[in-house]
Amino acid sequence: MDTAVTAKKKWWSGGHSPFNVSYGKLMMWYFLMSDAFTFGALLISYGTIRFMSTSWPDPNEVFHSFPGMGHTHLPLVFVSLMTFILIMSSVTMVLAVHAGHMRDRKAVAKWLSWTILGGIAFLSCQAWEWTHLHEAGAWWGRNPFLNVDGTIASTNFTNFFFTITGFHGLHVTSGVVLNIVILANVLKGTYEERGHYEMVEKVGLYWHFVDLVWVFVFTCFYLL
Amino acid sequence: MSNEATLHSQEVIHGAHAHDHGHDDHEHHHEGGFISKYVFSLDHKTIAKQFLITGIIWAIIGAFFSVLFRLQLGFPDATFPWLESILGHWAKGGRITPEAYYALVTMHGTILVFFVLTAGLSGTFSNLLIPLQVGARDMASPLMNCMSYWAFFLASVVMMTSLFVQTGPASGGWTAYPPLSALGDASIGSKIGMDLWLISMALFVVSQLLGGLNYISTILNMRTKGMTMTKMPLTIWSFFFTAILGVLSFPVLLSGFILLLFDRHAGTSFYLSDLFVAGKALSNEGGSAILYQHLFWFLGHPEVYIIILPAMGMVSEILAVNSRKPIFGYLAMVGSMFAIVILAFLVWAHHMFVTGLNPFLGAFFVLLTLLIAVPSAIKVFNWITTIWKGNLRFTPGMLFAIGFVSTFISGGLTGIWLGNSSIDIHLHDTYFVIAHFHIVMGVSAFFGTFAGVYHWYPKLFGRYLNNTIAYIHFWITLIGAYLIFWPMHYEGMAGMPRRYYDYSSWESFKQFTDLNHFISVVVIVVFAAQLMFVFNFFYSIFKGRKVTSTNPWSATTLEWTTPINPGHGNWIGEIPEVYRWPYDYSKNGKDFIPQTVPLSPDEEKEGH
Repeated sequence: MDTAVTAKKKWWSGGHSPFNVSYGKLMMWYFLMSDAFTFGALLISYGTIRFMSTSWPDPNEVFHSFPGMGHTHLPLVFVSLMTFILIMSSVTMVLAVHAGHMRDRKAVAKWLSWTILGGIAFLSCQAWEWTHLHEAGAWWGRNPFLNVDGTIASTNFTNFFFTITGFHGLHVTSGVVLNIVILANVLKGTYEERGHYEMVEKVGLYWHFVDLVWVFVFTCFYLL
Repeated sequence: MSNEATLHSQEVIHGAHAHDHGHDDHEHHHEGGFISKYVFSLDHKTIAKQFLITGIIWAIIGAFFSVLFRLQLGFPDATFPWLESILGHWAKGGRITPEAYYALVTMHGTILVFFVLTAGLSGTFSNLLIPLQVGARDMASPLMNCMSYWAFFLASVVMMTSLFVQTGPASGGWTAYPPLSALGDASIGSKIGMDLWLISMALFVVSQLLGGLNYISTILNMRTKGMTMTKMPLTIWSFFFTAILGVLSFPVLLSGFILLLFDRHAGTSFYLSDLFVAGKALSNEGGSAILYQHLFWFLGHPEVYIIILPAMGMVSEILAVNSRKPIFGYLAMVGSMFAIVILAFLVWAHHMFVTGLNPFLGAFFVLLTLLIAVPSAIKVFNWITTIWKGNLRFTPGMLFAIGFVSTFISGGLTGIWLGNSSIDIHLHDTYFVIAHFHIVMGVSAFFGTFAGVYHWYPKLFGRYLNNTIAYIHFWITLIGAYLIFWPMHYEGMAGMPRRYYDYSSWESFKQFTDLNHFISVVVIVVFAAQLMFVFNFFYSIFKGRKVTSTNPWSATTLEWTTPINPGHGNWIGEIPEVYRWPYDYSKNGKDFIPQTVPLSPDEEKEGH
């Protein structure tokens, strides 16, 4: 196949991909656009209900615990750690993809393993936070936290929190599973045989997307 | 480096694929067993047939439901003992119960909108025509394509199951508005039937996503050499836009359904606030039922274009072929479809003018809604100009294509009325709305589908449908559709509300007793005509007149360069190369010039 990129090459004239990408990567991009609409709809719903409400709980008062620190008031420290872990796992994913370009099997395996570890760490943090909130009496349909103005809050604070962070956690979980499958293939040498590590790039796209979504979820639930 | 390697290996894979399957039809018959050839087939043509036949079965069920509830509307005082034999206690004494009536109406809408006119229409023809018309061996991912059908099949199984549960299927309307759909105690149709409905629809969204991603990447990535975007038939453009609409709007519906499921089972209040059920106050507080309507219609409106765009594309193609003239205004056609796609996302709130939507906001939605009349009118004028002074061949496909233009105009004009929020206040939820969307979206999309089936049947099965039955089918359907829906405009303008079980108890609607009676009789006749088509369809698969030439309609597009019964891989040997656009009809003294014919020196001088 002619891959020499010249100024005169007619990208859209058929016979090859106009973006110089495989159909798999193209599908991943379109899937991510679609998934962005799923999360977008959920977050906009959250915004709508929140703006309809006269008052809303203060995240600094809700998310102030840290494992092993008892009742020390540490607002948003734990979620910052979670966010840091997830962002770091994106960094290791970038390194895995880069190693894939270099056709360095060992390095791909190493960085992919770190990414998986980061994903699992993030999910564990989320599990702890959920358990902690559940013990405090929060769940779908139950909200023990008062509004910032001291009035009793509707349950929609917790409803949206658990639904959207849960939906995101589900995405992280499937990302970890995908990464594990790809890691197994890397170790088996499947991609060495195939001559390229494009699958690593594709799960990489997904992983970065999930990370990006978290930035929005984090902003909407913890900062605003 | 890696990117080049990837693309290269993809090329190799497709090349090998061609070798495996491209040789000879006979060879193909020996490959694989019944299961891999007909059931879990990876061949886009077989998957197209699966979508089509499943769609036909659903269409019979959905249309039969409308016959049942039209019996109630047309003959409110009569009893039909046979109804009790098929519906049991849902039609005690031969009269449909109110609960059964609402269930039938709801399922009629759900089945026709999603299972027939979305999956059955775009599923069939996107699968059949995209690889054949862009010049590809198969879809980008045949496996995902197969999964798309089976996700649809699973959705069908779940929906079908919901018809047989004790409390009956969902019956809160095809839009499933909360709180009715969110509270199991609100009605008998809000119980397990509603859950099955939501699960089925979630599977349906998965099917749409898998299919849509495939359609998009096949069209972008796998066009044969020379097939620039502007050399693609309008069918392909329409499938492309349809897929983009589906991929971007169905996820929003899914989000809406996720929240609805939580409201139903997890005690949340996303859509619920300040409610009483059976005299008891509910604790739900802080939610908004209108939120669901926003999420629903953000899909719901693009959905009508998901239904009508493929029909538009096929009609454009069929009109040009059978007028022996180039399509008029090719780029205007593409541009207007693009405009429709953009506007489709910006008009959803015109379904919600009477929800208490801020009138100031409503004004923008009126403006954007009325703007859709511009691209729609461009398309209509282009269709008319295409057949103007053409050398028309009135094949059944052509008749249905012309019928499509007729119903699209008649139904589209009433859209201009309804798009005005002030008129909508009077007409909302009346039979006027029923008449509008059935003509512009239901009947038109069906005409597009029928046109497509009649036109591409030779490619699907290597045989023709029976022409005599086809002509009878066309005339009964066209006349019948107008007789059914035209009078409903008058009923609606007189204020007759939709979704009511029995109008005879209202003094103001008694004047319509005979009219309702008349409509119901026509419905039965038209339904019988559709059964005739179904008979024709299945009979002709085995006994139809055989196609003897590879290009029976003398068309220019690539699907007619394949063998009469193409095997998996479509072309024997190399995929043809494309040199010209698909609408070179009656040009330079030739009746038609296929896309595979290189430009003549004269043409090149003209600067093509």
